[in-house]
Amino acid sequence: MTVTVERGARAVGTDPHAGPRRPRTRDSYALFLLPGALAFTAIIIVPFLMNTGVSFTEWQGVGSPQWTGLANYRELLDDSEFWASFRHSLFMVVAMAAVPTVLGLVLAAALFDYIGKHFGSRWAAVLRACFYLPQVLPIAVAGIVWSWILAPDNGSLNELLKAVGLGSWQQDWLGDPDIALYSVMGVMVWVQIGFPLVVFMAGLQRVDPQLYEAAELDGAGWWRRFWHITLPQIRPEIYVVLTWCTIAALKVFGAVYVLTKGGPGGATDVPSYFSFTTFFEKTQVGYGAAISTILTVIILALSLVLLALQTRSEEGESA
Amino acid sequence: MTTALRRYPVLIALCIAALFMVVPFLIVAVNAVKSPAEYSEHGPLSLPQGLYLDGLKDFWQRVDYGQKLFNSVLISGSVAVLAAILSVLNAYAIGIGRIKGRTWVLAFFVLANMLPQEALVYPLYYLSKQVGLYDTRLSVIIVFTVIQAAFGTYLLSSVLGQFPREIIEAARIDGANKWQVLWRIVVPVSRPTIGVLLVFFFIWTWNEFLLPLVMLISNDNQTVSVALGVLQGQRLMDATMTNAAALLGVLPAIVFFLVFQRTLTRGIAVGAVK
Repeated sequence: MTVTVERGARAVGTDPHAGPRRPRTRDSYALFLLPGALAFTAIIIVPFLMNTGVSFTEWQGVGSPQWTGLANYRELLDDSEFWASFRHSLFMVVAMAAVPTVLGLVLAAALFDYIGKHFGSRWAAVLRACFYLPQVLPIAVAGIVWSWILAPDNGSLNELLKAVGLGSWQQDWLGDPDIALYSVMGVMVWVQIGFPLVVFMAGLQRVDPQLYEAAELDGAGWWRRFWHITLPQIRPEIYVVLTWCTIAALKVFGAVYVLTKGGPGGATDVPSYFSFTTFFEKTQVGYGAAISTILTVIILALSLVLLALQTRSEEGESA
Repeated sequence: MTTALRRYPVLIALCIAALFMVVPFLIVAVNAVKSPAEYSEHGPLSLPQGLYLDGLKDFWQRVDYGQKLFNSVLISGSVAVLAAILSVLNAYAIGIGRIKGRTWVLAFFVLANMLPQEALVYPLYYLSKQVGLYDTRLSVIIVFTVIQAAFGTYLLSSVLGQFPREIIEAARIDGANKWQVLWRIVVPVSRPTIGVLLVFFFIWTWNEFLLPLVMLISNDNQTVSVALGVLQGQRLMDATMTNAAALLGVLPAIVFFLVFQRTLTRGIAVGAVK
């Protein structure tokens, strides 16, 4: 009896404490966010706001910026270099998002389905490693390798063409304005392909094998199983890969810097390289900031759209 | 029988495709050990007649490659550790502390991660000059710690959101404060994920190009990526030197690749058991 009373009294005694204590506990967790908040303010938020602010000014990097309102943006609309750089961006999206995703799907399904099942997972792992290797390579190194292979004189590709009797196909792969963009695209496919492949192969592992067995019993061929089982099952991975690769394609800088420096004659210029040269070579900081601000708006808008699509497809799946 | 006949073409096609992926590495390795005379006589496609290592040695000395490697290891290593710590602190508040407005905080980190570096590069360049950190390795370490932590926070927050709450509550009842819970329980249990993050951060920072290119102008501070990229941009290298540069650039990447494969498979395996 006394025990119960005591317990009751203690419970009552602690209750008024528990009320106000809860929010205090939650708030004190916010202290752990303090270093991160300070660091992000200094390194991301402030520079980003400065860049956006500078995009409404004319500034050479020294002295004080002159407020010019939307003049930079109006100028950009008439700048053919600006439009060309964004057009090249679309080519990069093809080379770094569309083509690697399609090839990655086919390769992942072939490695998982055929090689993994009939020759053992060791074969699949070794082949996957070959495809993934360029992904860990610094882009500067990939650039050195490829610009030497694609060199007009004594380059390996031209030598190879000559050796197999296709000498007339020899090209100045990176120096011919009509071809350079496609050469860069080819290199980017090579660089990028490993990422979708690895993600898709991981995704395939969670697909129920019974689905395939049932389809096989029903007489579905490889292609139909791919289309009706593989694709719908790994749709979340496809969205993730497309999001990441598209954004990476819009940001591409290092490859252009080492392979072509945007040339010849601006034939491979992309927005990020264009803003880089405007900042640091032409020192038109305001104009460069406007270019990078537009690039940022496009990337953030695209991220939001793709994230929304991804969330919707995940919800659709669980429903 | 019919399937066996149908299987091999797929294997062969995939092997050819895989060969195409690694051929550039092979050509580089072959040409890096050829003498310039041999190269100009037989071109890039012949096999080397002997092992000529002077090209590699020359390149190493001319660009002071040891220093570049040291810079890259110092920068990438510091960034990996510091960014992992920052990610853990952020994710502890968001994933376990469930602070108010955590969805927005998390959305902020995702967007920060998507932000192109072009939108930060000039102000960072300008500010680093103002505070006297321009052309120091420290500036690059600070910037990439924050940039990598954006991704780390996002990933770790979702992992810690799934963290079994009974364990934390049990520790709290035993009198552990929040710091002790973090370092004695949350960090040890999340070690596989943190390990994967460390590897990612290290490789990503190693491969970064734009910001280090802008921030590190003096030879003594440059990373491997920047030094090789600048050399390539100047177009001053002959074939042997180009291949020496490429080979010395590829080798660390292959080491990372092996580490990466181990960590990744181990991290995933541990995650599956849990």
